[in-house]
Amino acid sequence: MAIHSREARHGASAKSALRPPALRLEGVRKSYGHVLAVAGVDLTVQEGEFFTLLGPSGSGKTTLLRLIAGFERPDAGTIELAGRDVTSTPPHLRQTNTVFQDYALFPHMTVADNIGYGLRIKGIPKAEREERVQTALSMVRLAGLDKRKPNQLSGGQRQRVALARAVVNEPEVLLLDEPLGALDLKLRQEMQLELKRIQQKVGITFVYVTHDQEEALTMSDRMAVMADGKIEQIGPPVEVYERPATEFVAGFIGISNVLERNGIRFVVRPEKLHMLEEGQEPRSGMTVESGIVEQVVYVGMSTRYIVRLDRGEQLVAVRQNMDAPGQALRYEGRRVRLAWVPGHTYVLDHQRARGESALSEHDTEER
Amino acid sequence: MESFWARFALRLWVVLILLFLFLPLALIPLYAFNSSNIESWPLAGLTTKWFTTTWNDPDVQTGFALSLRAGLTATALALVLGSCAAFAIHRMTFFGRDVVSLLFVLPLALPGIVTGLALNSFFHFTGISLSIWTIVVGHTTFCIVIVYNNVLARLRRTQGSLIEAAMDLGANAFQTFRDVTLPLIGTAIVSGAMLAFALSFDEVIVTTFTAGAQNTLPMWIFGAIRLGQKLPEVNVVVSFVILVTIIPVVIAARLTGGSGIARTTTAR
Ligand SMILES: Nc1ncnc2c1ncn2[C@@H]1O[C@H](COP(=O)(O)OP(=O)(O)OP(=O)(O)O)[C@@H](O)[C@H]1O
Ligand SMILES: [Mg+2]
Repeated sequence: MAIHSREARHGASAKSALRPPALRLEGVRKSYGHVLAVAGVDLTVQEGEFFTLLGPSGSGKTTLLRLIAGFERPDAGTIELAGRDVTSTPPHLRQTNTVFQDYALFPHMTVADNIGYGLRIKGIPKAEREERVQTALSMVRLAGLDKRKPNQLSGGQRQRVALARAVVNEPEVLLLDEPLGALDLKLRQEMQLELKRIQQKVGITFVYVTHDQEEALTMSDRMAVMADGKIEQIGPPVEVYERPATEFVAGFIGISNVLERNGIRFVVRPEKLHMLEEGQEPRSGMTVESGIVEQVVYVGMSTRYIVRLDRGEQLVAVRQNMDAPGQALRYEGRRVRLAWVPGHTYVLDHQRARGESALSEHDTEER
Repeated sequence: MESFWARFALRLWVVLILLFLFLPLALIPLYAFNSSNIESWPLAGLTTKWFTTTWNDPDVQTGFALSLRAGLTATALALVLGSCAAFAIHRMTFFGRDVVSLLFVLPLALPGIVTGLALNSFFHFTGISLSIWTIVVGHTTFCIVIVYNNVLARLRRTQGSLIEAAMDLGANAFQTFRDVTLPLIGTAIVSGAMLAFALSFDEVIVTTFTAGAQNTLPMWIFGAIRLGQKLPEVNVVVSFVILVTIIPVVIAARLTGGSGIARTTTAR
């Protein structure tokens, strides 16, 4: 998935040499009273890109999306859509469409009327409108449900209607605010694939908000990790996961083991740790440290071993459950050695981490 | 879970309260069919002659006409003013909004006698002579509150993101109002109007202070009872008033409580 996405992105950036980016934010700030919800954000999203905003609750993702859609005005900074400054353009004149977290389907309109509303407002003739609504309906696999009212649909179906209602207008940028948040795990995973399929088919730029790291990693061409209204790191999923710029990013995406040796702080991902049994020798060049398994956590596909190193830190190692399930538990309380390839660690560099924008550096000092 | 006896007691209690509330009301329509003009139990016999007498009574006719006209006019005025006020209060956030909101609702809380007296001295002071229009003004003061409260409550229950969704899809302020806001609050406006009319139709106190020479229907009843005249006709008229006020109230309750729109917008 990730490799495929990277290729898609290269395609997009080749195009961008000729055309302005789909979306560009520069120094965007927004505060509500004393709360700084968005604290100086710069970012550029290329045409056709699947761009994800990932961050914990309250990090300013929704606010950023609302600024792009035009529901809020920034206190400072500029917002450009396809090279046009829309900073003070009202929402109904922007070429963006939103899939709301609560779907916001019009309860008094049928599914078809909901989907066709944007086209009706634009004055698209009835025949064309109906055709496009039908196309959108079959794209989200809801053909035949056009006469229903939203309250006669399941959660997943509502979500698809909301998506169709936005996509049918062919916006420059589609904004999605945790659109899968209300769905159960199975439906969520299905819809993730579906969304990705639709995005590739229609080629619309997606700005996708989520606080689910797995969702961000599997779906995005590029992602931005947000914390406290600032962007901590922007990059393709592989880069963000393998080379987190800050301890926050390392901790937020996946389980992160942070160690400090000889004054250097670095991250070792759990899946990069080899747990050696007694008598087993590490491959040459590996770093080895010993400790005691404090806890064994069974998580279905894999098992997590929480190891207390003799030097004091706690590390998490992960192993696929290839043995019989009972086997893993016998490790509890045992002495083990953990080995890793130094090249698989990633050094946390404070300068680089906060260097994303000059503004954020300033804010950190203020607090 | 409550025990059987607890549930039984609870039901009995509800029945008693309902009897307390509605038994007197049920008696009046019965008396309207009483063949004797003296109210005594059991009824002397059944007749519909009082309905004919009442129908042909010119005082009842003019009273009914006045009540109807005043009620409809006051309701129409309240509809426009009350919903506009609700929209304004809902959409805008300004300093002192809660105070203004309270001021809108106050006329309903104020005793009718205060409102009536205040209006009466105001009309006296400004030299406006009492007529149907002064009645309309008096009734509008409390009718506005009913419409205002109904519409505001619905607006507050409506998902804010629906308005944003409409704008997001390209609708300007007018289109958003026409296609989304109005359909969602339409039933609240209608039910507000129904309640307002019902309230106006049987109002006595404010009317006493604001009416000129003509009587509204409730005032005619009041006068007849005080003088102890035409009691069988009073029973007929009161039965009629009960009907005219209950029907809009029932419709209003259905519109606000049982409507699919109200349910779906608040369910999630
Ligand atoms: N209308 C508002 N008034 C006041 N504060 C607000 C408002 N909207 C958001 N905030 C604050 O701004 C900050 C960012 O909120 P935002 O909704 O953008 O977070 P989020 O990243 O979308 O979180 P979540 O994942 O929980 O949806 C929070 O501290 C929030 O309390
Ligand atoms: Mg949010």
